[in-house]
Amino acid sequence: MREVAVIGVSMIKFGRYPDRDVSQLAAQAGHEALTDAGVEMKTIEALYSGNLYQTSGSGQRILQQLGQTGIPVVNVANACATGSTAFREAYFAIASGAYDIVMALGSEQMGKQGLLGSRGDPATSLEGRVGSYMMPAVFGMAGMEHSKQYGTQPEHFALASVKNHYHSTQNRLAQYQKESPLDEVMNGRMIAYPNTLLMCCPTGDGAAAAILCSMDKARQYTTQPIKVAASVLTSDPWTDRDLSLPDINTLTKNAAKIAYETAGIGPEDLSQVELHDCFATAELLHYENLGLCEEGMAGKHVASGAPWIGNKIPTKYQEDVAPFQDKTYKPKTTTVVNASGGLLSKGHPLGATGVANIAEIVWHLRGQAGARQVEGSKIGMAHVIGLCSACTLNVLQK
Amino acid sequence: MAETVAAPEIRPLVPHLRIGATREEDYLFGSKCSTCGAMYAGPRLFCGKCSASGPFEEVKFGRDAEVHVFTIIHQATPYVKAPYVAAIVDLPEGVSINTNIEVDPKPENVKFGMKLKMYTEKASEDKEGNTYIAYRYRPA
Repeated sequence: MREVAVIGVSMIKFGRYPDRDVSQLAAQAGHEALTDAGVEMKTIEALYSGNLYQTSGSGQRILQQLGQTGIPVVNVANACATGSTAFREAYFAIASGAYDIVMALGSEQMGKQGLLGSRGDPATSLEGRVGSYMMPAVFGMAGMEHSKQYGTQPEHFALASVKNHYHSTQNRLAQYQKESPLDEVMNGRMIAYPNTLLMCCPTGDGAAAAILCSMDKARQYTTQPIKVAASVLTSDPWTDRDLSLPDINTLTKNAAKIAYETAGIGPEDLSQVELHDCFATAELLHYENLGLCEEGMAGKHVASGAPWIGNKIPTKYQEDVAPFQDKTYKPKTTTVVNASGGLLSKGHPLGATGVANIAEIVWHLRGQAGARQVEGSKIGMAHVIGLCSACTLNVLQK
Repeated sequence: MAETVAAPEIRPLVPHLRIGATREEDYLFGSKCSTCGAMYAGPRLFCGKCSASGPFEEVKFGRDAEVHVFTIIHQATPYVKAPYVAAIVDLPEGVSINTNIEVDPKPENVKFGMKLKMYTEKASEDKEGNTYIAYRYRPA
């Protein structure tokens, strides 16, 4: 297997684009990634296009906008891990030696539709009659498992939301760039206990792209090739309750083990992680799943300031956070989590998310992240989970 | 020629519920893998744990369960009254299932490990007039 580099990335501002077609959004991201890499469309040998709602032919429709060069197009759908799975396919296309330079794209147009509608005949739907199968229920209950086991309080989960909304104020591409102090998060409208509205990611439209190249050819295009040190995909193994409550933990732990072994690093080596905070509860679970803190310590970890940009709680929030801090807690890592604002603020247009996370890490590794720059970032990891269930981890290295 | 209209039926809303002559005779059932012992709600063709293609032993479940975890859904799908308690409950027969719990939907009213009893009731009716029966749990 050959070494693979990312030589160009892009992300359009996430939000709502009622006047544009999803293939136009994607083509814009593709064009910006080509410009970033200094590569022309005719140089690209294959396209891996991730899109969940408009899957069939989505990649081909993007090339109708961007350039119909006749290259192979693979359309990828893998729940919320759609974009990151497209990236992984692109990675293997280069690593295997099949191609030298390819594009990975993620796009989605969700409009204002919520995720509450039931498909098919309401008369025979289980939703709300025999439990709930919607994402807010799954991630509410996943958080409650942590509370049951470790006594984690709603405020601990809410702090992930406070942090990510704070981070997003420095990200002009985020869907929302608005701070929300702890009391505002806690007093928000309840969606599915313990997650309030501000602890749930928004729906939206967006697109992101990456140009991947063999490392030996990468220096023709850039002085800052970013190495893909690991690209991992797992599905959910059989666990006791997985068929009733999707187990988002085991497959992430399995992926982390493979990613760290492949990259030859440990969690303490990660300058930063973009992880799948679709709900505030999820962020805390993944601190532990990715080994950023010890089992059961996620609440103390977020309150310690370690995963915040600068590794400390901003002065204005210190008083709010103090009651939930354990002064004796020593963070295992100083890995910054979701410097972009995370899904909670940056937004989560399903198919776009997995490529946008990679773009974010690449910008930091190049020192191009502006006011939210994680100082001296050397190694970063992008994590995505899709139900039920796919987990991707991509480790990127300067 | 007169059209034949099928008589409305009483049907289970989920495949792991079997309908009796009265609601007191309704029961949940599962399938136990004879190779590895894994228990599933409802019928099963293959074992996801050990990949065996059976045989599966049908097991009739009793009405007891206890709360594993729960959430309170405030923003529900349009035809459902909210807030309500959605939960994963553990059955003593060795399987976990999704359900609603009938209590005043406040966090302090549901405890991890709380003992529950199953009951069934009409959940919905389709355009042809068929009735669908769902199971729920309430504190024991």
